[in-house]
Amino acid sequence: MADQMIVKELEDVVVRFSGDSGDGMQLAGNMFSNISATEGYDISTFPDFPADIRAPQGSLTGVSGFQVHIGSGKVYTPGDKCDVLVAMNPAALKTQYKFCKSKSVIIIDTDSFTKKDLEKAQFELENPFSELGIKNEVVEAAITTMCKECLKDSGLDNKSIMRTKNMFALGLVCWLFHRDVSVGAKLLREKFAKKPEIAEANVKVLYAGYQFGENTHASVSTSYVVPNRAQKAPGRYMDINGNKATAYGLIAAAEKAGLQLYLGSYPITPATDILHELAKHKSLGVKTVQCEDEIAGCASAVGAAFAGALAVTTTSGPGICLKSEAMNLAVITELPLVIVDVQRGGPSTGLPTKSEQTDLLQVLFGRNGESPMPVIAATSPTDCFDAAYMACKIALEHMTPVVLLTDAYIANGSAAWHLPDLNQYPAIKPPYVKPEMAGHWTPFMRNADTGVRYWAIPGMEGFMHRIGGLEKSNETGAISTDPENHNLMTRLREEKVDRIADDIPELEVEGCDDAELLLVGFGGTYGHLHSAMNALSLLGKKVALAHLKYINPLPKNTADVLSQYKKILVAEQNSGQLAAYLRMKVEGLHLYQFNQIKGQPFVVQELVDACVEVLNA
Amino acid sequence: MEKTNYTAADYKAGQPRWCPGCGDHAFLSSFHKALAEIGTPPHQIAVISGIGCSSRLPYYMNTYGMHTIHGRAAAIATGAKVANPDLTIWQISGDGDALAIGGNHFIHAVRRNVDINIILLNNRIYGLTKGQYSPTSARGFISKSSPYGTVEDPFRPAELCFGARGRFFARCVAVDGAPSVEVLKAAEKHKGTSVVEVLQNCVIFNDGTHNVVAKKEDRERNAIYLEHGKPMLFGANHEFGLMQEGFGLKVVKIGENGVTERDILIHDAHCADQTLQLKLALMEGPDFPIALGVIRDVDAPTYDEAVSQQIEEVSAKKKYHTFAELLETNDTWTIS
Repeated sequence: MADQMIVKELEDVVVRFSGDSGDGMQLAGNMFSNISATEGYDISTFPDFPADIRAPQGSLTGVSGFQVHIGSGKVYTPGDKCDVLVAMNPAALKTQYKFCKSKSVIIIDTDSFTKKDLEKAQFELENPFSELGIKNEVVEAAITTMCKECLKDSGLDNKSIMRTKNMFALGLVCWLFHRDVSVGAKLLREKFAKKPEIAEANVKVLYAGYQFGENTHASVSTSYVVPNRAQKAPGRYMDINGNKATAYGLIAAAEKAGLQLYLGSYPITPATDILHELAKHKSLGVKTVQCEDEIAGCASAVGAAFAGALAVTTTSGPGICLKSEAMNLAVITELPLVIVDVQRGGPSTGLPTKSEQTDLLQVLFGRNGESPMPVIAATSPTDCFDAAYMACKIALEHMTPVVLLTDAYIANGSAAWHLPDLNQYPAIKPPYVKPEMAGHWTPFMRNADTGVRYWAIPGMEGFMHRIGGLEKSNETGAISTDPENHNLMTRLREEKVDRIADDIPELEVEGCDDAELLLVGFGGTYGHLHSAMNALSLLGKKVALAHLKYINPLPKNTADVLSQYKKILVAEQNSGQLAAYLRMKVEGLHLYQFNQIKGQPFVVQELVDACVEVLNA
Repeated sequence: MEKTNYTAADYKAGQPRWCPGCGDHAFLSSFHKALAEIGTPPHQIAVISGIGCSSRLPYYMNTYGMHTIHGRAAAIATGAKVANPDLTIWQISGDGDALAIGGNHFIHAVRRNVDINIILLNNRIYGLTKGQYSPTSARGFISKSSPYGTVEDPFRPAELCFGARGRFFARCVAVDGAPSVEVLKAAEKHKGTSVVEVLQNCVIFNDGTHNVVAKKEDRERNAIYLEHGKPMLFGANHEFGLMQEGFGLKVVKIGENGVTERDILIHDAHCADQTLQLKLALMEGPDFPIALGVIRDVDAPTYDEAVSQQIEEVSAKKKYHTFAELLETNDTWTIS
């Protein structure tokens, strides 16, 4: 026991829960995040789980982690490294120690550090701490023994008792951070409402963990207080991850447009949770079809779009390869379609549970022929809602397929989300044919301002027409191989997409007005780039950030913004796809690049170092 | 007032550009006639095709139509029907489109029992790419891509359909007008996926492929028109019939060896057990006649109806029906 207890105030704190994939670390992490959010802190979370469903128990490949970042002010990322690491077994300690800061506190379950456990994690020495060179404070708690003792009269079997270990760890962490443990008890009773005996066992262990900390001071010198200065707007909040926010955005857009939502999909990590979420909401009229393959997922959505639904298909990179053909059919038939690509590591099957931004050029250009495709990239878990909503709005109002790019990191990561009021969102008005057009209407008659064709839905009298994958005459809608017509149609399809720029916000620059360096990124890296910019400004560096959400078309002022800076660093999780695209779109750019393809989120400190290097160059 | 009486001309559009003598012309004409007899208003019909000679057909229909991509018509038709169950959907595919590149979509559409009518125009050849063997070409078939003959066995469409738990299978000969019209009407009437195999000639690349049933007199000898509830008789004077023998079928002549009409099998297209129907569908010469007409027609829940029904049932139970109400189903906290 430490002699004297110090209470330390921190602006923000990062906790990483880790253990065997069966140890319930995702739940413990999620609950800690929710308890903190309920108290008004800003939060950002990142689950980091293995690709194997159940790797051998105690093995290095079976370690599952969940990182929570809690801040007194706004939090942009789940944090580079943690202040507290919970390691439920030696494998977790070995694989997760690299995420510790030098002053991190490590909490372990001593009952899981037997000789056998150490062997499973391939330790060679008897003392894993000296083997790894760990000099941090370690809280040694016999968690398994204490859980058994605590629940010996509960009547629960051993297996059920072992499943409560995560709550002991959570209770201990709650004590360490002066969290209100009763909020956790309430969450548990809600979660296990149908199994009250399980709920009460977990609650008992949660309190036991808390009291263990209180009684022993957990052998640590310090406990932490994060002052609650989050300037969150008043209102109601919930915790939401990116995939759920995407599903909600699609539902909201369908309701706003007055259309049925149709999803054609095929299970694929990490996009499947969108299918799961939408499949639940039949009472909102959502139709989901789990198709025979990725191709059919997209093709059936094209059929649904033709038949008059808000049609969506969801997938990840390998699925985009397969959907490209049907996406192109939506390009030439000019039908509204939303394609959600939750990017993961590639090529091929690649790293299914890890995150990358490597599909950008594929979705922009990966189809035969001239195939203009609007692309929107969501910037955070909660932004997935707005990005999905806008993807639907653009698809429906501009009669075009639209790609929504997210990634495994924001899809699985979560944050506090201010519940939206749909009345505050822009209307969605598809360009339906008007009754007076009957008789002289042809399928590719266009609105002069937007270049968008009108939508006639099967079942309407007087608008029967045939569309398809063959090039059509701009005037009659009949098959045409006329060279001039093809040239014209190619340009019209491109112009139509270009004119979407009239409907999207301009590119915003954040940070210093007289910046010497502009940091540029897109999509899910916003939090890390923003944090890097903040860190640099604390160092007195003049850096600004322009983060792209609308990739095609680019915001109208993109070239103007980029031309104002002497130095531009494009940071992305690929080999330079956005940089290449910007060079193609804006003449004369000289861009520095920061590229990482590790399947992991950026590390803010590495971004800071890269910026400093460019500033000094 | 809505028009109720339609003629074949009401469903016609454009000028077909198939080769003179192509079986597609004859089929198209039967299709127009069948639609007029069914009487579904043209604006409530969507004709969805894949790629290939026959897949051009939607352009010759005065209905809604979509000429899509190779092999995917069944998937596209599925999406259209599920999204808009009020539409009558006809899918037009060739043997390559439906059974090679689109084989996966074909079997799954049939398995799900989506209420669409799949017309499989089978000429056993790739015509649009100018003469390669198809998945229905016989072993040893010589074509541009198999100059020494194929070394693979063909699919038999009925077998594939039955294997995918198909509930409706019918067959007609493209140039055999009146029976084709009847088969198409039955396909439309059937709720669920209807598969109609149309035996069709390709005059350029596979001329004579269905010669045994090409002419009326050939069909009298080499084909049998099956009708539900009627004895399985064929021949110019209905002098032949089918009887069961052991696990199989046999052809008998009425009056020979004491066989009378009463010994002849009665066709039961509605029998849920497909065993005999499959045997009929797989009959081929020279020992057996080719079966034409509705071979299997069994009721089963359709996918699109089940989707809509589930939405109704769940909607009645759940308490949230708007996005705002959906938000309320989550754990939230308030910051004041």
